[in-house]
Amino acid sequence: MNLNVTMVAQAITFFAFIWFCKVFVWPQLIGAIEARQKHIADGLAAGEEARQTLHRTQEHVEMTIVQARDQATDIIGQAEQRATQMIEEAKNAAKLEGERLVAGARAEIEQEIARAKEALRSQVAVLAMVGAEQILQREVDPKVHADMLANLQRQL
Amino acid sequence: MAVAQELTPTSYIGHHLTNRTISLGDHPFWTLHLDSVLTAITLGVIGFGFLWWVVRGATSGVPSKRQAAVELLIDFVDGQVKGVFHGNRAFVGPLSLTVFVWVLLMNSMDFIPVDLAGAFTSNVLHQHEWKPVPTSDINTTFALALSVWSLMLFYNVKVKGLGGWMHELFCTPFGSNPLIWIFNILFNAVEYISKPLSHALRLYGNIYAGEIIFLLLWMWAATGVVGSVFGGVLALGWAIFHILVVGLQAYVFMMLTAVYMAMAHESH
Repeated sequence: MNLNVTMVAQAITFFAFIWFCKVFVWPQLIGAIEARQKHIADGLAAGEEARQTLHRTQEHVEMTIVQARDQATDIIGQAEQRATQMIEEAKNAAKLEGERLVAGARAEIEQEIARAKEALRSQVAVLAMVGAEQILQREVDPKVHADMLANLQRQL
Repeated sequence: MAVAQELTPTSYIGHHLTNRTISLGDHPFWTLHLDSVLTAITLGVIGFGFLWWVVRGATSGVPSKRQAAVELLIDFVDGQVKGVFHGNRAFVGPLSLTVFVWVLLMNSMDFIPVDLAGAFTSNVLHQHEWKPVPTSDINTTFALALSVWSLMLFYNVKVKGLGGWMHELFCTPFGSNPLIWIFNILFNAVEYISKPLSHALRLYGNIYAGEIIFLLLWMWAATGVVGSVFGGVLALGWAIFHILVVGLQAYVFMMLTAVYMAMAHESH
């Protein structure tokens, strides 16, 4: 147990190793560790941000869905209303058309009746004349009685 | 073994605790313990070379298992230093790492059975009286402790300035009254002297004592079959317990280094 120059040699060795560690070992590895820590921290932060974005997007989507549902309900309501309205309009139009057709038919019938009456009227005179001819047998001269017959025809 | 003459317990233990010396000068101070220095350098080159080899291929991406193991070590040291040293760890970090790894490796030489190490050094290296554990040489532990102590003085002056440090020496811990300056300086002197002493002797004592217990057990193993069995079993037990001592002493040495550096950086 004697102190001697060994101590000096060991101290020099010690400082050499300290220098080696300080220059070649420590900074590189600590740098790598710190870079990785930063990378992980960044990743976690990005994950958190993405999670929040997802949350916001989900809220937005839910809101949009609710809006869309409301809109759809509105549109369906409007469509139903419109359909009812259209049916109503069609009914009215049909009714009017029917009435118009009925009126037209009725007018035509009346015209026909009038025309038939007219025809009958002229034919009744002729028939009366023929009948009278048959009854009177030549006694009646159409020319003589023309005025009278015309008068009768007018009265019918 | 070098001692071919008579193998007594004393000569056996003495032989294993003798350093291989070379003389660089006339005065006893110029004796160099070649075994301590060369073993320490070899272990350092292996240990720090391994760290360098791993760190050279280090990536900040997904680390390999090898890199993860080294990161575990460095993160452990960094965490311990962070606990006591509040400041830029660009120097204290690698200093503590160096202390921890180097002391751990040097202490671990204790696990190699002394006669196996002896067989290697005498038959392969042809070096007799080669003590394999550098930290059981007080020169090594004092070299480390005094280096840390010098760094402590250096940072005291660098951080606080010479005046600031002198003020601290004279005015703490009892107060700045000139009447108690003498007590302050005495107190601080005791502290500054005891720091490297306790730092160096704690490590030296633990490892040296551990080695002696191993030697006693191996000596018992030389007494016959029964002695070999019991010596072997007990040596195994002691070796397992010694893992704690080796790790703990390296850890304590590192922590004290960090604490002393922290005290040098913090003013009272």
